[in-house]
Amino acid sequence: MLSRLRNPWPDHRAERMLGAVALFACLCVLAMIALVAQRAWPIFAHNGLSWLGSGGSLKAQIETMLATSAHPPASAFYFRAWPIIYGTLLITALAVLLALPLSVLSAVFIVELAPLRMRRVTVRVVRLLASVPSVVWGLIGILVLVPFFDNHIISPSERTSVEGTVQLTGAGLAPAVLVLAVMITPIMVALTCDALGAVPPAWREGAAALGVNRMRAIRAVTLRAVRPAIVAATVLATARALGEAIVISMVSGSNFFAPRPSDGLTFLFEPLRSLASTIVDYHEGTSAPALSAALYACALLLLFSAFALSVGGYLIKLPMRKYQTRG
Amino acid sequence: MSTLVSHPISAADRSGIGPRRGRGSSMRTWRWSDRLLLLAAWAAGLTLCAIAAAIVLYMGYRGIQYLSPELIFSRPQASLTQAGSGGFLDPLLGTMLLTVIGVAIAAPLAICSALWIVEYGRPNWLARVVESGIEIVAGTPDIVIAFFGLAIFQLHLLSFASETAEGGGVTGRSFLAAGAMMSLIALPPIFVTVRDGLQTVPSHMREAAFALGKTRIATIRRVLLPGVRSNIATGVTLGVSRIIADTAIVIVLLGSTLRISPQPGGAPVLGVLKGLGSTLTSYIYENSPAGEGGAPQKAYAAAFVLMLFVLALNLVVERISRAQARSSGFVTAVEGIV
Repeated sequence: MLSRLRNPWPDHRAERMLGAVALFACLCVLAMIALVAQRAWPIFAHNGLSWLGSGGSLKAQIETMLATSAHPPASAFYFRAWPIIYGTLLITALAVLLALPLSVLSAVFIVELAPLRMRRVTVRVVRLLASVPSVVWGLIGILVLVPFFDNHIISPSERTSVEGTVQLTGAGLAPAVLVLAVMITPIMVALTCDALGAVPPAWREGAAALGVNRMRAIRAVTLRAVRPAIVAATVLATARALGEAIVISMVSGSNFFAPRPSDGLTFLFEPLRSLASTIVDYHEGTSAPALSAALYACALLLLFSAFALSVGGYLIKLPMRKYQTRG
Repeated sequence: MSTLVSHPISAADRSGIGPRRGRGSSMRTWRWSDRLLLLAAWAAGLTLCAIAAAIVLYMGYRGIQYLSPELIFSRPQASLTQAGSGGFLDPLLGTMLLTVIGVAIAAPLAICSALWIVEYGRPNWLARVVESGIEIVAGTPDIVIAFFGLAIFQLHLLSFASETAEGGGVTGRSFLAAGAMMSLIALPPIFVTVRDGLQTVPSHMREAAFALGKTRIATIRRVLLPGVRSNIATGVTLGVSRIIADTAIVIVLLGSTLRISPQPGGAPVLGVLKGLGSTLTSYIYENSPAGEGGAPQKAYAAAFVLMLFVLALNLVVERISRAQARSSGFVTAVEGIV
């Protein structure tokens, strides 16, 4: 048997073997989509697409789901996920908004401005930040950032102003956004740097020959040329932020509360939940069929949005080929 | 002519050329918005460095403060106090076990897929489909992959691979299940680095092999695989760092048992593979205020060990890519991130 393997293979057999392995990897993806959709089906069967909307208390719905046995009545499948969808959108949007200027400016710094030694250090720093495990970010968030917010940032008047509806513990929107923004910055920096480095030097030289200063050349030529790459990097970072479960579960306060912008600045300290962090928080409740279906529905929504984002990122990258820059 | 060459260029002549001039003096003519942007870019770069320095120093300080040898070499105990709850030997072993399982599944899959796509890739549409399939895996959140694992290992067909509950129900949780899902996390980075390595192998190497009468598969074994050895090493290292950093899959598929608890009644190795346990990441999560045990000191110590692993893997990647002079280091870093 082994000696047969050691002999040179005929080419067509090798091709088929390698192709089969590649197809197997691909089939895993199909199986993933099919299985998650199948598990999520009861929610769609009972709620249609209106489970994406709002209605009733989500906390009560989840508790009803948990309380039902192996054969839940149809009423247990009532599910309206708007608070956590809103939480996901809120955290992701704010984190990306915060990370975008920081990462574009750092990329400009790395590629265009930094002295060689500084540049080497910064590239290493980006690589390091990219590889810090999410649970370490979460640990720093929950043990350093959350107590800091609790003790120094949130004022007693802010605490009393929302006392009736929700308790401010320090864990909430602001620390989650801060940690998440730092987490996604390295991805955006890396992709933007890659594109900046691929801008033809002749363009920069052309701008210099026209007599503009370095910064103006960066603004008018280089940054404009890498705009598609910046959008693509933003899309990828958004996908990463959407799916981040552990960090948000640790620092967002894990409360089915939808922060109200009408509360003014206090809004930033109100606790919330995202889709992914809800799945982590309730993963032990999958033995209750109704809750399991609800969690799989959340997972399906995440899968779908990640897919949509990657397709969107691909479509955005297409026009870049016109400029012959990669990204 | 000779006078022109020998005549030294006067300082006045040089003044028109930008780069030769001191930076400070030329900036005086800049617009305010340009100066602000320059300042902001420097500030952003330095902020990143400051954040990284703060994290490394803080974790290092906490780690040295709380880490002790007996913490690494003792098993976790069920206890209410931090003093009595033991160390993290089991999580450490769990991390290693999961890494081995994940890489053992992911590396052959990824390398074979990359070889097929670059060297054969017929029919073309199928190659595109496989490539985008792997791209989808790369973009899928790990929590979704974890729930996929739960769903697939709860199927009765695969019940042999996971822990069985008291009532005979299949929980879908085990080292094998978690390792299989970890391989999905590690697959994309290995695939991308090997594929890009294969694409940069010059075609005359293949043509020379064909001219010597070698078949495609012989060319792959004798020429291409040795040629992309460093890419495979980089990819595997990136995959390993993805695996040891992942938390969601461990929490969902290994549960919150801190000790490695083999499934009773079976072969010793198989029992462990079918049993539950923990890794460094899930240990940190469980011991942080977010989990059950409020043992932040243990969590800090474990996080320090985890960071050491991550830094070591970073260094390995850097070494490999420096040795491989033709590829630029940053591209490798980008592939690791995305």
